[in-house]
Amino acid sequence: MENGRQKQYFLRKIKDRVFLLAVFVCTLIAVLPLLFVLSHILLKGLGAINLDFFLHLPTPVGEAGGGMGNAIIGTLILILLACGIGLPIGILGGIWLAQFGDGKRGFFIRYSADVLAGIPTIVIGMFAYALIVIRMGRFSALAGGFALGLIMIPTIVRTTEELIKMVPRSLYEAGLALGIPGWKVTLRIIFRTAWSGIFTGIMLAVARIAGETAPLIFTAFNTPYWSFRLDQPMASMTVTIFNYAISPFDDWHAKAWAGSLVLIFAVLGVTLLVRKFSKQVQYG
Amino acid sequence: MPLNPSITDQMQKTRDAWFRTVTFLFALSIPLLLLLLVVILVGQALPSINIFGAGFIFSSSWDPVRETFGALPYIYGTLVSSLIALIIAVPLGLGSALYLAEVSRSKIKEYLAVMIELLAAIPSIIYGLWGIFVLGPLFGLSMLSGGVILAIMILPTIAAISREVFRSVPNIFKESAMALGATRWETIKLAVFGPARSGILGAIILGLGRALGETMAVTMVIGNRPEISASIFAPAYTLASVIANEFAEASSDVYLSALVELGIILLLITMVVNGLARLLIWKTVGKNNIF
Repeated sequence: MENGRQKQYFLRKIKDRVFLLAVFVCTLIAVLPLLFVLSHILLKGLGAINLDFFLHLPTPVGEAGGGMGNAIIGTLILILLACGIGLPIGILGGIWLAQFGDGKRGFFIRYSADVLAGIPTIVIGMFAYALIVIRMGRFSALAGGFALGLIMIPTIVRTTEELIKMVPRSLYEAGLALGIPGWKVTLRIIFRTAWSGIFTGIMLAVARIAGETAPLIFTAFNTPYWSFRLDQPMASMTVTIFNYAISPFDDWHAKAWAGSLVLIFAVLGVTLLVRKFSKQVQYG
Repeated sequence: MPLNPSITDQMQKTRDAWFRTVTFLFALSIPLLLLLLVVILVGQALPSINIFGAGFIFSSSWDPVRETFGALPYIYGTLVSSLIALIIAVPLGLGSALYLAEVSRSKIKEYLAVMIELLAAIPSIIYGLWGIFVLGPLFGLSMLSGGVILAIMILPTIAAISREVFRSVPNIFKESAMALGATRWETIKLAVFGPARSGILGAIILGLGRALGETMAVTMVIGNRPEISASIFAPAYTLASVIANEFAEASSDVYLSALVELGIILLLITMVVNGLARLLIWKTVGKNNIF
């Protein structure tokens, strides 16, 4: 009897240990891919990075040198275009949701933003294609920027709403009590207080769209030349990496690794900075 | 901020009303854009819907030259690759979430959590590039490679949300179990899994939603062959991948229309899956969480 109980106790203890070991191993396996991917990219990409990579145009296969200068500029222009669409809708929409969006209409709009967030980005690319590319008759930076802008909206709306709601109600009332009209209190006091948090949300959204490829392949398309015109195709880092990656040429593969290294440093750098920064500004 | 005395009270009120209206219009543009998206895509897909009807979903012929199109191999590839991803990512995601939320007391856990989160920040194209040169030689350009790369990509989603779900279980449940002499495993089995069940399911289904719509990484490693094969080592094709590969080059209207119809099928599947996930997560952690 006593022996059986001890045995049972021992079994429970073993089970517990096995469980603890299993979840620990799960965590280790879960972080391994990050280490694999990062180290692989560092190893392969570092050798192909030089000043030319940032300043020069892509060269044809077999020709030495060359870079992704146009694609780096292109990605920056596409991000700006996306902000032109995503920020006004996201921020003003978020302000409305925070201040007036308690009713059914608010729920409906919030729900739409959630649905938009779940739409595969390739489908958003098709939408931009049908709406803009077909009408214009050619691939264009505008269509790419529009697609990326749509992808930004849900993140910006949610962070704006959350952060404005975090500003104490008393601040709003104090503004009104001073005789400042409501819209001015919202923009000049509430929005400014929430701004640093909203800004981190914007940076996260930018980091995310900087790495998007699928919505660009048939909207902004690609070009091996410098391109600044918004109604023309525009190169981006991601689409350029894609084209290089699936090519059969070794020197293009090297360029793809180098491009990935630059992209991943930018994206992870922004993400980590924002995380650090947002911990300092959190209140409420 | 001194008030301009020339502006009357009445004018301020109209300005407030204007502010409210303008912000509302911007907010309203979100559902309108969504509606426009559906209307425009359905409009584009109409020729294909008219020609092929319901047979589109069950046909596995994809021949741009003869203009006969069917979605079955792509639907199959999308579902199976996502399923493989879930089989790999669910135990790892839940295990690491349990470790980070319930088990670990050491300081490294913060770093481990950040590292898992960073997995979600790596662009899809980079996973694809890595997949071509690392997974390719291991498993071939195949359904399995697609599933593995998807597993890595949805793992942070499942881990992050289920971690929130585990944390939202009231401490008193866990303390009660421990006070009865339960080990940590028994505590989690008795007091955490019960109340967290629908939230965990929500996290898994949300991960599934991500996997279904993921494009670039899968396109680069899955082999891109529209065949239904029983072997996971054979190449396959997904809805998102065929759109990515062929949309820019679609030569005829019917071809383009068929590709858009594939997009609508993908849209419908992800909408249903995400809606289900949202309901389940709301049930456990409340509506205020951003997921």
